Amino acid sequence: MGKNGSSRITVLFLAALGILLLFLPSMIPRFYTYILSLIFVTALLAMSLNMVVGHGGLFQFHHCVFYGVGAYAFALMITKAGLPMWLSFIAAPLASALAGLMIGWLCVRLTKLYFGMLQISLGSLIWAITFRWYSLTHGDDGIHGIPMPGLIAGTTGAYYFILLFFALCLLVMYVIFKSPFGMTLQAMRDNPDRCAAVGINVRRHQLTAIVVATFFAGIAGVLFVVLERTVFPDLLFWVLSLEVFIMCLLGGWFTFAGPALGAAITVALRTFVGIYTDYWTLVLGTLLIFLIFFLPEGVMGFILEKLESRGRKEVSGPRGV
Amino acid sequence: MLRVENLYKSFDGFMAVNGAELLVEKGRRVAVIGPNGAGKTTLFNLITGQLKPDRGKVRLDDEEIGHLPPHEVCRRGIARSFQIANIFHRLNVFKNVQVSVLSRQKNSNRFFYPAHRMAVEETDRILESVGLLDRADDIAGSLSHGDQRILEIAIALGTEPQLLILDEPTAGMSPDETSATMALIRRLSETRGLTILFCEHDMDVVFNAAQSIMVMSHGKTIIQAEPGEVRRNRAVQEAYLGGEEDA
Repeated sequence: MGKNGSSRITVLFLAALGILLLFLPSMIPRFYTYILSLIFVTALLAMSLNMVVGHGGLFQFHHCVFYGVGAYAFALMITKAGLPMWLSFIAAPLASALAGLMIGWLCVRLTKLYFGMLQISLGSLIWAITFRWYSLTHGDDGIHGIPMPGLIAGTTGAYYFILLFFALCLLVMYVIFKSPFGMTLQAMRDNPDRCAAVGINVRRHQLTAIVVATFFAGIAGVLFVVLERTVFPDLLFWVLSLEVFIMCLLGGWFTFAGPALGAAITVALRTFVGIYTDYWTLVLGTLLIFLIFFLPEGVMGFILEKLESRGRKEVSGPRGV
Repeated sequence: MLRVENLYKSFDGFMAVNGAELLVEKGRRVAVIGPNGAGKTTLFNLITGQLKPDRGKVRLDDEEIGHLPPHEVCRRGIARSFQIANIFHRLNVFKNVQVSVLSRQKNSNRFFYPAHRMAVEETDRILESVGLLDRADDIAGSLSHGDQRILEIAIALGTEPQLLILDEPTAGMSPDETSATMALIRRLSETRGLTILFCEHDMDVVFNAAQSIMVMSHGKTIIQAEPGEVRRNRAVQEAYLGGEEDA
């Protein structure tokens, strides 16, 4: 019954982590609280990408566009349209999902790299519009000082707000991951033709996954604004998309929580190596090279594999479904 | 049940299927044979929607299905296996079949219910019937080639087909595996009344298992008849023995 044992350990670990995260802000300097919040936001973005890349096998190269759309939509609804915060909070991720639907609708007609190329092009188009449409988006200047309700205006308040939604999103994503929809998606990653041959409408399934994933990316974008109270076009720039893609690979794109780990590593590197040198990406690049050679399944994939092979030695457990 | 009439398909001017005719009656085991490159796999792909015919008809009962996409063909009761083991490599054996059962139950799109509680009995039953139940937890990609081919049949069975199409089900198998697979196919046809259409290189296998044989050469149907008659047919002997140049 190694499986039950290991899942009990997982639950205990998560509970301990949750309690730790609840009390952490009162124990650490504000800067670290801020970095942790940033990690949650980035982790949510990476995990939303991994839904389509790692679980769906779709080369969504330019995913941060939907993060940016969520952030901009949220910012504009508050500053320009004067909508209430809670309404904007719901509407902005929907805007991302709508963008995901439009771009995805075109992209699912292609496969593999062709999907990726078209996705980058269409995503870059949205970036260009954001960049050029000065009267609406203030172009390169971005929008700053977006007002937030008092409760979440401070770093600690924002931290708890972000933690709450991060945890909620993770829970929903996990349920989806384990649902028939999620399982079929993973089967589709392994073999789309076979899926079609057992009666699954592959394109529609992929499009649904893209819409769901871009919705979560939109939530990440909103949380970014809650934390930073600012938006700028770099949020939709392809460089960020590449970084998020690397997070998935780094953490382990066939696992559920891997990308969150990848995001934590990347944000930590940028923050702490970035203090010493502007060339922190050099460290990331080197890390990536070693990763490809030694941990092709990513850090989380490696850990899970170790745990699993140990579990198998102890008892051959019941069916791991 | 299934009737193919005057079917054509060309690739860049090469006539892969060049006037094929086929009749599959309910409950029968029908084989398609022919030299390499005769168009057997293309014919199957045309029937199951992986390819669209240039001309001709594919009729299932009274419906024209030649222009339907694969998932629609499957929903009408035709399941298939592929020549190259076509499974979900990273999922375990159980899930491989479960995906297919969930699809048939129209549950593939459910978001908020744990998949591991769904379709368990039916999946287990299918795995048991093909003899893979004790491998249920293994990752599909780690199975032997023979077991992967069997798993493929199990995936196809998950859709509860009326007609099962098997593209060289025993290719690459050892003699033991081959006879076990053919016994399985025979059992499926006899106990469940499943209609089976398959193609195969091994003539012993074909003449033992099939009740009707269609012979193809250069994309064209030479004859479709009972095994005894096919064996005696001159045109068939020519196609196989007389100056068949393509390998």
